[in-house]
Amino acid sequence: MSDSHGHSHPHGQPHPFQPDIEDSALTHHQLLQLAVGELLMEKGIFTGDEFRRTLEDIDSRNPGDGARVVARAWVDAEFKKRLLADTAAAAAELGVDAGTIPIMTVENTPQIHNAIVCTLCSCYPRLLLGLPPDWYKSRAYRSRVVREPRAVLAEFGTTIPEDTEVRVHDSTAELRYMVLPMRPEGTEGMSEDELAKLVTRDCMVGVTLPDNPSN
Amino acid sequence: MRRHHDMGGMEAGPVDRAEHDYAPWEKRVDAILRLLSDPKRRILRVDELRRGIEDLGPGAYDELNYYERWIASISNLLIEKGVISIDELGRKMAEVEARHEAERAKGGRA
Repeated sequence: MSDSHGHSHPHGQPHPFQPDIEDSALTHHQLLQLAVGELLMEKGIFTGDEFRRTLEDIDSRNPGDGARVVARAWVDAEFKKRLLADTAAAAAELGVDAGTIPIMTVENTPQIHNAIVCTLCSCYPRLLLGLPPDWYKSRAYRSRVVREPRAVLAEFGTTIPEDTEVRVHDSTAELRYMVLPMRPEGTEGMSEDELAKLVTRDCMVGVTLPDNPSN
Repeated sequence: MRRHHDMGGMEAGPVDRAEHDYAPWEKRVDAILRLLSDPKRRILRVDELRRGIEDLGPGAYDELNYYERWIASISNLLIEKGVISIDELGRKMAEVEARHEAERAKGGRA
């Protein structure tokens, strides 16, 4: 294990303590999970090895993959065209498997700011960004971001100019979205790797903007 | 009629931006769904998972946490599709629980 976290939390605070599972009684739903998993393996629906590899794949996905795609689009206009036309095919050029559920990349411009949500459940471009943060799945975000996106973005510290249109894209089981943020000013001399470090998970959801190196 | 999960545009309080680390059992639920819905198996579809969650009703939707709703929906769908039976699920849950309790007792922590 490296000490890279794959999630964000305010630093300076300790991690929440996670007790060993052997120490406590299992909840009903934990029992249900273990029982369903064992039954499916006994029936040969999937093997223990497939299960383990799937868990490893879940752990390996993180917003760094989406960030690499964004940074490439910032430096390569032809790649950006391909990304907007077919996100999975463009991601595959960088060795990122974006999965089989279509993902549409929506581009921020001075005229349009995009944000994504799944009002009905929690659809999210998991293969590009990892597992979604809790707030993305929350009642408050799902209810409000389609109705008052500017107020919700303000809670994330993001102010979008009044003359910029805010578009909110509602994901479904058949189509997910990812936001292509605008490249920050003052980054002309930066390499693709340096640019990727400015691209956070939340700016690919559209609730924040990329880190501006001059700040 | 608007169903309970269909909350887009409703009134709600501020967004709580606190995040938690995904627990191992939560990732295992996620892995089970990924395998059941992958192109090799196609036993469950993601929209069926959602329908199963909606069918849990408003009480369960609000009282269960996210992955509790998922595993409840997955189990119901597997039973509905005849992949597993209620009886074998009940027996397996009892077996898993007994094994876990034996482990706890061995560790002197029961």
